[in-house]
Amino acid sequence: MQLVDKDQVAKSLGGRQLLNKSMKFLFLLCTLVGLVVLVTLIVDTVLDGWSHLTWDFLTSFSSSRPESAGIYGAIIGSVWLMAVTAPVAIVLSVGTALYLEEYAPKNRITNFITVNISNLAGVPSVVFGLLGLTIFVRQLSLGNSVLAAGLTLALMIMPVIVVAAQEAIRAVPSSVREASTGMGATKWQTVSRIILPAAIPGIITGIILALSRAIGETAPLVVIGVPVSLLVTPNGVFDTFQALPMQIYNWVKMPQEEFQYLTAAGIIILLLILFLMNSVAIYIRNKYSKRF
Amino acid sequence: MKKSMFLAALLMSLMFILAACGGGNAEDPTSGEGNEASGESGGGSEEGSGESGGSIIGDGSSTVFPIMEIINEEFNAEHGMAAEIGVSGTGAGFERFTAGETDFQNASRDIKEEEVAALEEAGIEYTEFLVGTDGLTVAVSQENDFIDSLTFDELYTIYSGEAESWSDVREDFPDEPITAYGPDQSHGTHDFFKEEVMNDEDVQAELIQDTNQVVSSVTADPNSIGFFGYSFYLNNQDTLKAVPIQGPDSEEAIEPTDETVQSYEYPLSRPLFVYAKNESLENNESFRTFMEFTLENAAMAAEETGYVALPEEDYQEQIDQLP
Repeated sequence: MQLVDKDQVAKSLGGRQLLNKSMKFLFLLCTLVGLVVLVTLIVDTVLDGWSHLTWDFLTSFSSSRPESAGIYGAIIGSVWLMAVTAPVAIVLSVGTALYLEEYAPKNRITNFITVNISNLAGVPSVVFGLLGLTIFVRQLSLGNSVLAAGLTLALMIMPVIVVAAQEAIRAVPSSVREASTGMGATKWQTVSRIILPAAIPGIITGIILALSRAIGETAPLVVIGVPVSLLVTPNGVFDTFQALPMQIYNWVKMPQEEFQYLTAAGIIILLLILFLMNSVAIYIRNKYSKRF
Repeated sequence: MKKSMFLAALLMSLMFILAACGGGNAEDPTSGEGNEASGESGGGSEEGSGESGGSIIGDGSSTVFPIMEIINEEFNAEHGMAAEIGVSGTGAGFERFTAGETDFQNASRDIKEEEVAALEEAGIEYTEFLVGTDGLTVAVSQENDFIDSLTFDELYTIYSGEAESWSDVREDFPDEPITAYGPDQSHGTHDFFKEEVMNDEDVQAELIQDTNQVVSSVTADPNSIGFFGYSFYLNNQDTLKAVPIQGPDSEEAIEPTDETVQSYEYPLSRPLFVYAKNESLENNESFRTFMEFTLENAAMAAEETGYVALPEEDYQEQIDQLP
């Protein structure tokens, strides 16, 4: 008895192999499209902005005169902003994720909350800006301060970190958890000594993505009313500030052609800060990553 | 053990960030000067309470912003203190002005009736100042060889979508399709055009957020037309041709130039305003100084940023109005 009909196989073999090969090619093409766009963007920006990336540019305040315009206030402001946003967002989000994954009873309410947090991740940033304006700027009368903007951005990026942290915590094998409990560890001991260290690589990935989004976000800052012309840097979280994306956004709109180059130079700085932030995060991730 | 190491790393990175900020402030000469100066002028409060003595806060139109930013820089150089100026747009700016968050409000259009009512209800009295004039410029590409002028009615047919080809606009124009561009609704320029030319009907055109994109789109296509602020035309004179415009009650088409815009002969001239809160003018010495400085230097700043200054005596008249 013939188990395999060789003719049948031969007939469809060519098509299958062609499909197999073409799919590989198709996926490669997809990757290349993204890569080419990214490289074009970076090369184009660097070419435009490189010559304007001078020491004066880094140390002067913003100006409507292209020859004396700089980015100093914006850099300092963005660093301040991240110094508020990052710790608040990380503590709140990791706390939320731990509660939902480790402590909360697995019922419909928990499920409902989880689904809604995922939905929040897709809410347009301008909506968070309005929330920040109403609650932090007006009701808590924080004004357009570093604190108000930082808290707003922290709320905005929270869902992203929560979802990533939940995934990471869920990925910790239950055998380790059970082993820890079996050794007589309390819940908190298990969470702090076993689960968190194991989940940190995944959590950090979420934090990187979220902070990268926060540092480049313009819309909520526009809504909050962050100034563009400000010739001082903040002395504390209650002072107002400038921010890199606002500065870049404002320069794009200027009619003089030189501002387009300054925009590019500003983008390079923003990318560098992003890169720096990500390297720190990747360093922490590699240092503390632990596999089971 | 592991946990404490992680926490230590987190703490260290935080401290690093904070230290970087602190260092930045110490090196910054301007902030030091600014604080001293506001101390002299009756004490700037450290908290952002909004009602502080020395601080000057403004917001509003992105069209007026460059003028005010240049003035602010000069003010800082001369008086060692500076205002805080945002660019949330004329509409959003008025909202902040009504909420009492700002001392002055930049506007690229007249204050609307609703805004007047809202300010009255909030008990905020204000004074209107003119800092310069803009000429909304309708332009085509240098390569366009058939348009030498347009009337308001013709502009209306183009931007209401009634005309599809240029021959629908005027009979001796070629039968080429029209592509009309303009800045989108977030711009005061859009509102002004809609009000003046379109009788408040919607503008049917390719509306773009970034005005520079409007300029480059018009430059690229000889059959296209676009409108934007005068400064965008001034900065692209080698690729753009400004279309002379004939107003509804005028006999001839006027080209936008410094003179015709200043005299409002050019029918699409529009005033650029700064609305100042009276209470701040009276009680905040540094704000009063700032407004006086603004009016003294507005002509220079307007010209430098591609707008048209008012006749000199108009500025003096406004300075005399200050309390």
